[in-house]
Amino acid sequence: MRSPLAVFFIVLFLAVNVLFMLAPTAMLAIQAVFDDDGAFTLEYFQALAQYQYASSFENSLILSLLSATVGVIAGGLIAFAVLKDDAPRWLRSVVTSFSAVAANFAGVPLAFSFIATLGTLGLLTKLLKTWGIDIYAAGFSLYSIGGLTLVYSYFQIPLMVIIFFPALEALRPSWREAAENLGASTWQYWRLVGLPVLAPSLLAAWILLFGSAFSAYGTAYALTSGNIALVTTEISAVLSGNVVSEPQIGAALSVGMIVVMVLVLLASNLLSARAARWSVKS
Amino acid sequence: MATVDIKGVRKSYSGREVLSAIDLAMGDGELICLLGPSGCGKTTLLRIVAGFIQPDAGQVLVAGDDVTKLPTARRRMGMVFQSYSLFPNMTALDNVCFGPRVAGQKRDVQLARARQLLDMVGLSSHEAKFPHQLSGGQQQRVALARALAVQPQVLLLDEPLSALDAKVRVQLREEIRRIQRETGVTTMLVTHDQEEALSISDRVAVMNGGRLLQVATPAAIYREPADGFVARFIGSGAVFAGQAQGDHVRVADFTLPAHAAAAHPRGEPVEMFIRPEKVQLTPRNGHIPTGALAGEVRETIFLGSLTRVRIAVHGATDLHLWADLASEHAEDFKPGAPVVAQWDASAPRVMKA
Repeated sequence: MRSPLAVFFIVLFLAVNVLFMLAPTAMLAIQAVFDDDGAFTLEYFQALAQYQYASSFENSLILSLLSATVGVIAGGLIAFAVLKDDAPRWLRSVVTSFSAVAANFAGVPLAFSFIATLGTLGLLTKLLKTWGIDIYAAGFSLYSIGGLTLVYSYFQIPLMVIIFFPALEALRPSWREAAENLGASTWQYWRLVGLPVLAPSLLAAWILLFGSAFSAYGTAYALTSGNIALVTTEISAVLSGNVVSEPQIGAALSVGMIVVMVLVLLASNLLSARAARWSVKS
Repeated sequence: MATVDIKGVRKSYSGREVLSAIDLAMGDGELICLLGPSGCGKTTLLRIVAGFIQPDAGQVLVAGDDVTKLPTARRRMGMVFQSYSLFPNMTALDNVCFGPRVAGQKRDVQLARARQLLDMVGLSSHEAKFPHQLSGGQQQRVALARALAVQPQVLLLDEPLSALDAKVRVQLREEIRRIQRETGVTTMLVTHDQEEALSISDRVAVMNGGRLLQVATPAAIYREPADGFVARFIGSGAVFAGQAQGDHVRVADFTLPAHAAAAHPRGEPVEMFIRPEKVQLTPRNGHIPTGALAGEVRETIFLGSLTRVRIAVHGATDLHLWADLASEHAEDFKPGAPVVAQWDASAPRVMKA
């Protein structure tokens, strides 16, 4: 028998979910299939096939895939280096503190700090130019998908570091010792034991980073002023009426985002279940 | 199978010596238990033999070859850890296959060897289970099979039974001994449990404070402890500090019979040690024989067929003796009962203090 307090908090949690997740989602879905006169229509979903909206999904997906992958690899390696036996103990607290700040340093301030550093007239851009290295002439642009990936990495990597520390700490040193004792090389240990054990955590972290990038708005808008179409900036554009006010298109785009995230979560769950089949309690 | 020679091994951490000049020779196929209290250095010594820790000085020789600088992976030693340390992402069978697999053996050879070993440890029907689906005892059996799969020259067991409950512990230690005899592998087992050490070892190496105090058969360790620490640590009994006086030991105001004291110069500070099974107890009815101690029963501990009785000696509040009685005769010796304790003069062991 559950205690009344537990029941109260479960009901509270469900109520919050209904009010702030299910209800808005339902409202978006309804808004996306009814026109101004209240008649049912699929034209707003069909409009998503138009180039500007389709490319916004493509750009958002590429940006999220790239920045999540860069974040998982770079953040994972940093977390591993910090937790190594021979790493100084103070390094962990320094990296944790920095990561906690950096993971939350997104939006307009982050965009401007990158413009000031790596923009066409940025400090580092000019400094490199004085050394004969013109990164913009070499094809780099802060205002491209590549540039956005770099900027997103600034908060994605620290986020990965923070969420990956516990998973790495759960790797028992005695597994490494047992593998070594049985004749395994470092590579064999990681291939056969370390990475398979970490796989569910890596997948979960990747999903979190993907979602974080997919839903980011402020940084991309401040950096590209809408020049690179992303789903979030397109939603803003059709809702604010900068071009034309089409709230139903905004709703259809939002439903599209939800569908993408649900699909990614389903794929991730399938992979996680496979990767973690050894930890499922019988 | 191989001999192991540990020669002059020393290890310090931050200036604190945890192992001081350890010399230990293990015969081919021998099972030696490193026994001692927590922090005595026994696990450090085992990990030096395994290659996880480099000694500051000294050598480890296996079958005559110096392996001191050899990486762990190339030492051909099987190790069983206190916490089992099975790979959680692999079944019992795959765990046992791991060593042959990383050595590049063919899959059918790996499987045949692994299945043979799982059969040896009685877990054939559990080969498809993951570690979390096995009990602690089963996990440790798999760990033992995994360690043996690489056909190790030396088997190292780091407190392999300490995480198990009492009944499983007894079963598994007997099984370890049986398998060790069957395979004939030279084995070093670390434990702080004296009963475990005495029951399965060919020889016991008692350690304390980073030093090896005595290496001998379980019977010799029990009967002839080398010093007061070993006497106190192995089994139970009373240790009295005193001075040798011919074939007696002078303890406080008492002169206690002990033939072994004759080996010590008169007046030399010694420790006299007597096991509880050597002490005879009778109810006190006035007369106290020469060399006997009068006292009072303070507590009784029921041990099944035996009852252990603690006696406080009259006239010396800090002197206590233990005596073992057959439980059916222990009714007369309730706490508070006046008693006389005596022993054969050949029973006590006398050691230089």
